[in-house]
Amino acid sequence: MPGTGGQSDATESVRPDSNDAPSRRGRARPRRKVSVIGVLGELLLTGGVVVLLFVGWQLWIGDQISAARNIAEAQALAEQWQETPPPSSPAPSSPSPSSTATADPVAPPAPTEPVISTEPRDGEVFGIMYVPRFGNDFAVRMGGGVSRTRTLDTIGIGHYPGTQMPGEVGNFAVAAHRTGFGGAPFYLMDELRVGDPIVVETADGWYTYIFRTLEYVRPTAVDVLSAVPQDTLTGVGGRYLTMTSCSPRHTIAERIIAYSVFDSFRPRAEGPPAGIPATAGT
Amino acid sequence: MYAALWRVLPGPWWLRTLILLILAAAIVYALFFYVFPVVAVWITPEEVTVQ
Repeated sequence: MPGTGGQSDATESVRPDSNDAPSRRGRARPRRKVSVIGVLGELLLTGGVVVLLFVGWQLWIGDQISAARNIAEAQALAEQWQETPPPSSPAPSSPSPSSTATADPVAPPAPTEPVISTEPRDGEVFGIMYVPRFGNDFAVRMGGGVSRTRTLDTIGIGHYPGTQMPGEVGNFAVAAHRTGFGGAPFYLMDELRVGDPIVVETADGWYTYIFRTLEYVRPTAVDVLSAVPQDTLTGVGGRYLTMTSCSPRHTIAERIIAYSVFDSFRPRAEGPPAGIPATAGT
Repeated sequence: MYAALWRVLPGPWWLRTLILLILAAAIVYALFFYVFPVVAVWITPEEVTVQ
């Protein structure tokens, strides 16, 4: 408004009196005065729309965006592993007999001894988790540590420092968001059913766990991280996977815990287990 | 405020509407991909770990 009005005034007018300009335009096109209240009202309306947008983003859209990003990053990492397998991963024990045995995951008569990787540094990506129950294309990267800024918000799934690594005797304990931020990896955690496979891919291969049970606990129940979950005496012998997230959704009142037991390991040379997004196979 | 914005925009009404729609889409995109992810960390405390 001031630009066009001012220019026309300058070209046509000999009168330098600028007070004239608004009045002439006022006659040609009636115009409301800009009031402080009016601008304030418009700003408040705009703020309300932005808040509503944020709610929609928080509840739904942001998760979609982050989940798509998670899958893309996980696929890129899986392809990178497949193209350049780590030097330390010749199949450690008897690859030829086990290749036929592990083709049938239900009855592994000669299971391959899993490769145990070293614990990652805080914020270091070390694995990818696949959970077909969460979606056939579900793939989220896993990082060391459970801090929000370095792992949970940015990588996806975090590994509790001090707990065991995939395939190791003891408890491989991880955490992830149920809603928001890292794509809400564990949004559908209460949909897990007994027998559901949960596969962790690392540079060494694929570790398959079988889901067993859910539990709801208080946030202080650190014994879910014990080598034998919920056993404060830390017994030994089993290989467990413990996933923790918040419950109910969008709150911090409780924690939902999912326990799984180790089933089998496939070295990278043998390719991914059936049903796992086979970026590696292509 | 918005009335002034409408007057500043050039062209016929449909062109102004088009410009405003594109502008709104750009603002929403910036909010969704840059502003909200940063703000959310401060607004919603979500703890997923046991401790």
